[in-house]
Amino acid sequence: MPNISRDEVAHLAKLARLAVTDDELDTFAGQLDTILSSVARVGEVAADDIPPTSHSVPLTNVFRADEVRQGLTQAEALAGAPAAEDGRFRVPRILGEEQ
Amino acid sequence: MAYDEVLSRFDPVLGLEVHVELNTNTKMFCGCRNEFGGEPNTQVCPTCLGLPGSLPVLNAVAVESAMRIGLALNCEIAEWCRFARKNYFYPDMPKNFQTSQYDEPIAFDGYLDLELDDGEIVRVGIERAHMEEDTGKSLHVGGATGRIHGAEHSLLDYNRAGVPLIEIVTKTIEGTGARAPEVARAYVTALRDLLRALGVSDVRMDQGSLRCDANVSLKPLGRKEFGTRTETKNVNSLRSVERAVRYEMTRQGAVLAGGGEIVQETRHFQEADGSTSAGRRKETSEDYRYFPEPDLVPIAPSREWVEKLRGTLPEMPWERRKRIQADWSLSDAEFRDLVNAGAVELVASTVDAGASSAEARSWWVSYLTQQANNREVELAELPITPAQVARVISLVAEGKLTNKLARSVVDGVLAGEGEPDEVVDKRGLAVVSDDGALTAAVDEALAANPDIAEKIRGGKVAAAGKIVGDVMKATKGQADAKRVRELVIERCTV
Ligand SMILES: [Zn+2]
Repeated sequence: MPNISRDEVAHLAKLARLAVTDDELDTFAGQLDTILSSVARVGEVAADDIPPTSHSVPLTNVFRADEVRQGLTQAEALAGAPAAEDGRFRVPRILGEEQ
Repeated sequence: MAYDEVLSRFDPVLGLEVHVELNTNTKMFCGCRNEFGGEPNTQVCPTCLGLPGSLPVLNAVAVESAMRIGLALNCEIAEWCRFARKNYFYPDMPKNFQTSQYDEPIAFDGYLDLELDDGEIVRVGIERAHMEEDTGKSLHVGGATGRIHGAEHSLLDYNRAGVPLIEIVTKTIEGTGARAPEVARAYVTALRDLLRALGVSDVRMDQGSLRCDANVSLKPLGRKEFGTRTETKNVNSLRSVERAVRYEMTRQGAVLAGGGEIVQETRHFQEADGSTSAGRRKETSEDYRYFPEPDLVPIAPSREWVEKLRGTLPEMPWERRKRIQADWSLSDAEFRDLVNAGAVELVASTVDAGASSAEARSWWVSYLTQQANNREVELAELPITPAQVARVISLVAEGKLTNKLARSVVDGVLAGEGEPDEVVDKRGLAVVSDDGALTAAVDEALAANPDIAEKIRGGKVAAAGKIVGDVMKATKGQADAKRVRELVIERCTV
């Protein structure tokens, strides 16, 4: 049975760049635990003869020809952006991180 | 720590990850143009911007290129494999995940043989080659150095997001000792040549279409367990690969000898002084929460398809070099000079365009190498093509240009004045080959120097040099000196 700790929630929040308060850590730990326990019940019916499934349709090799298709203009691309500058998406700086 | 001291105590262990951008027409999962240098955010669509409701579809040519790369690296090609989502939150990936192969690479378990400068052959094992997509480009605004530290905000261009990328990962490279930095460089060089021969990428390190991350660790001599490794990124030239590995070896040696510990981290190579600086602590692969990509169905290349692709592999660079060396009857040393000058392919193309190998070799390794050095560019970056060099060579062979005039023609081509024949016309460089005109000039010079003319008539042929010089001056160097000399002697013996 899953048992999600506050520390695990805090770690996940950090990876997801979410600010989570101490109170929320307790709340989410409990909620995530309930969700994972529910999903884990699927494992109870999985027998050895059932392979893990990632795709529900038995298809392979679906490809596209390497041909250019008209995309968006710069104005269209930036239309939904909260902020833009010099034709680029403008985002807040990311603290203490570098890819 | 001194390099020799590091080697007296430790064995360097390398792992190299090379990312290569494919030169397909379109991106990996959408029909957006795959081209370097466009206006920001003009090669984007809902799929590569990660907009809701969009779905990826895999580029068939990218899959073929990945398999051809795998085959050229002597890899197995997977019978069945999938893409996964690598989840991380960073603005260079608008989807908040990168679509990448994870534990099911399309190609795995191969090798690449490389030749070091002295001819020694080293076999590097290939762990895998897998398909993924490139990220967007960030511009950090407000910081003093353009780096993220101190930046006020960042600006994102997603033209590169979704460009097909193949990541090629070596197996652990051990036992190379003092030659580890050289091996790293030779590996990236050999891989670049291979990818160029396959025609799957522009392989321009300066433009980022070929990028190398170098994993380096030190193992105390005689021990079995590996030390903690660092991963140096931002290594943008062949020379930098060698410098980065060497720097990490001496840095880590000093830390370990001082009783310190190596931190597993990403480090950044500093081109200016050849050092590396600490970057972010690595997230573990568990942190990326990989899971199979539900929007892309598995890839199951039939064996017929794989064999068909194997049949499309070109002559490998090392086979080609061996053949060329034999064709041109060059010694190992002569040939290595050509390799080190970066001239092999240029000479070969010039020969293909009709020139003799001796002439082609002479032009590229002497005059053109000199021009490249003057301009501080690679030989291949000179604005002259092998076909143009071949044309100049044939003009000399036909007697239409002297060697001196030929150099002027080459200068003209390099200066952007057009094709060799146009430069000849524009600069008025054609050899004066009209014997009538030359004979008149010879007679004039003989008449002006009666004493010398007398000597020549008396059998002192060596005196002809002065007359030849005068004629060359009179024709502004555009006569064939050999022909002029013949005419001088002819006129003095009739
Ligand atoms: Zn797109």
